[in-house]
Amino acid sequence: MRSVSVQVGCAGLLAGIVLLAGCGKSREGITLAGSTAFQPFAEKLAEQYMATHSEVSITIQGGGSALGIQSALSGAAQVGMADLVKLPKEADALKSIVVARDGIAVVLNPANAVAGLTLEQVRGIFSGTIKNWKEVGGADHAIAVISREAGSGTRSSFEQIIGGITLTGDALIQDSNGTIRETVANDANAVGYLSHGLVNEKIKPVTVDGFSCAEKDIKSGDYKLVRPVFLVYKADASPACKAFLDYLLTAEAQELLHKNGLIQAK
Amino acid sequence: MKVNGETLVKGVLTAVAFSALASLLLIAVFIFKEGFPFMLKVGFSDFLFSSTWNPQVGQFGIFPMIVASLYVTFGAMLIGAPLGVAGAIFLNEFVPRPVMRVIKPTIELLAGIPSVVFGFLGVMVLAPFIREHMGGPGLSVLAASVILGIMVLPTVISISTDAISAVPNSYREGAFALGATRWQSVHMVILKAARSGIIASIILAMGRSLGETMAVIMVAGNTVRVPHAVTDPVRTLTANIALEMANATGMAREALFATGVVLFVVIMILNGIAMSAMKGRGKK
Repeated sequence: MRSVSVQVGCAGLLAGIVLLAGCGKSREGITLAGSTAFQPFAEKLAEQYMATHSEVSITIQGGGSALGIQSALSGAAQVGMADLVKLPKEADALKSIVVARDGIAVVLNPANAVAGLTLEQVRGIFSGTIKNWKEVGGADHAIAVISREAGSGTRSSFEQIIGGITLTGDALIQDSNGTIRETVANDANAVGYLSHGLVNEKIKPVTVDGFSCAEKDIKSGDYKLVRPVFLVYKADASPACKAFLDYLLTAEAQELLHKNGLIQAK
Repeated sequence: MKVNGETLVKGVLTAVAFSALASLLLIAVFIFKEGFPFMLKVGFSDFLFSSTWNPQVGQFGIFPMIVASLYVTFGAMLIGAPLGVAGAIFLNEFVPRPVMRVIKPTIELLAGIPSVVFGFLGVMVLAPFIREHMGGPGLSVLAASVILGIMVLPTVISISTDAISAVPNSYREGAFALGATRWQSVHMVILKAARSGIIASIILAMGRSLGETMAVIMVAGNTVRVPHAVTDPVRTLTANIALEMANATGMAREALFATGVVLFVVIMILNGIAMSAMKGRGKK
């Protein structure tokens, strides 16, 4: 008798699981993957979108810009996020929209007296020809250069914009915007770069050629370290996915991006 | 019916036992299949002994990372092995049993702390300390060695403790009967009798620190350069794979698999040594 009731219980549980899974299916899943710099913004947008569109369930994954493009190509994600100066060749098979623009801030520890650098100096520091802060008007301390890993979208954009440098072999490598921020915040002689939307009070962005990494100078085109944020997707993406992409370009979504520190696409 | 049940259980357990073996085999085959052709293409000596790692432009030298992995592991052993073995001797020979029964599980609890927590401590406490007192960027060989040295303590202590407590009491009694002090009996008799177990514990700890990834990425600085001082930042083999995996495509991705092949071979060699050391212990 007892074993029968256990069996019935199991069957009931199983049915429940199947039902739950069934319910999950009725919400259409959209997956975005790629750039870790855009990831937090995509999460906010997805949250807001899902609040009014309960029929879709949006998942945001990181992994880096290259992975974003690969996932969109392979179908592992419907949408790839890539913040690159220009999309690579393999993305030709995909459709793309520019959803925002993102400044790359050159950041120092707040204890550092240096407030501005020229593009030439930034190039010198990251290629290793400038090794001491006193060469650019700071204290007599060796510069600790912090960079992203090879293949990072932020790094390749940064290196392209400042002029095709080879990164100095002395550079410390960190694998996300967040760890760059922590490392620079912890080391008084560090210099790094990250998406300007992720700058906080623990680190200090510097001006480049006299222009600050702020909206006004980015929009006017004076601040040079800016890259577009691409979303790439297959031409035959689902209607729900296309609706979400359309939503990202609406004034409401662009305003949300803007409020959180990115620059509108147009 | 009963016989059928027995054979069924036996079959299932055999399958489960072999699944572990099969997954090891699959991992080995997969890594070699992806990595080996790349090594042939680039050339073994270029891959293993050249110092420039720049996958975007086709330079794949992992020599600095091999050196870094060995340095960091060696450093971790310099710190972890003496502390661990001393701890094991203390627990077995100098502390009353009831106290040991409290301390040993506490030390084993250390093994349950996730490596990211160790890494976090390293970044927040150890790296700034090194930067202020010894110069350099703080994230360094030294920081990684200290963190790993602490992380391997539970491995060294618990296996060494087992080896030491397996030494028959008659050995101790014999030493005391000959007039040996406690310390003399430890270093003249017990350590010699438990030697193979202690060596095995150290080699297992080496494997652990060679394979550790998260904590090392956080505290080692990840610069691809052969270090000249303990305060220089380095990138280990494991860190290289984990750092660049997400963004690597094409040749760069194959290079990471080839890095995995090198790591796999080194760890297999270490495990082989560990196993033969264990065997020596079994014979006694």
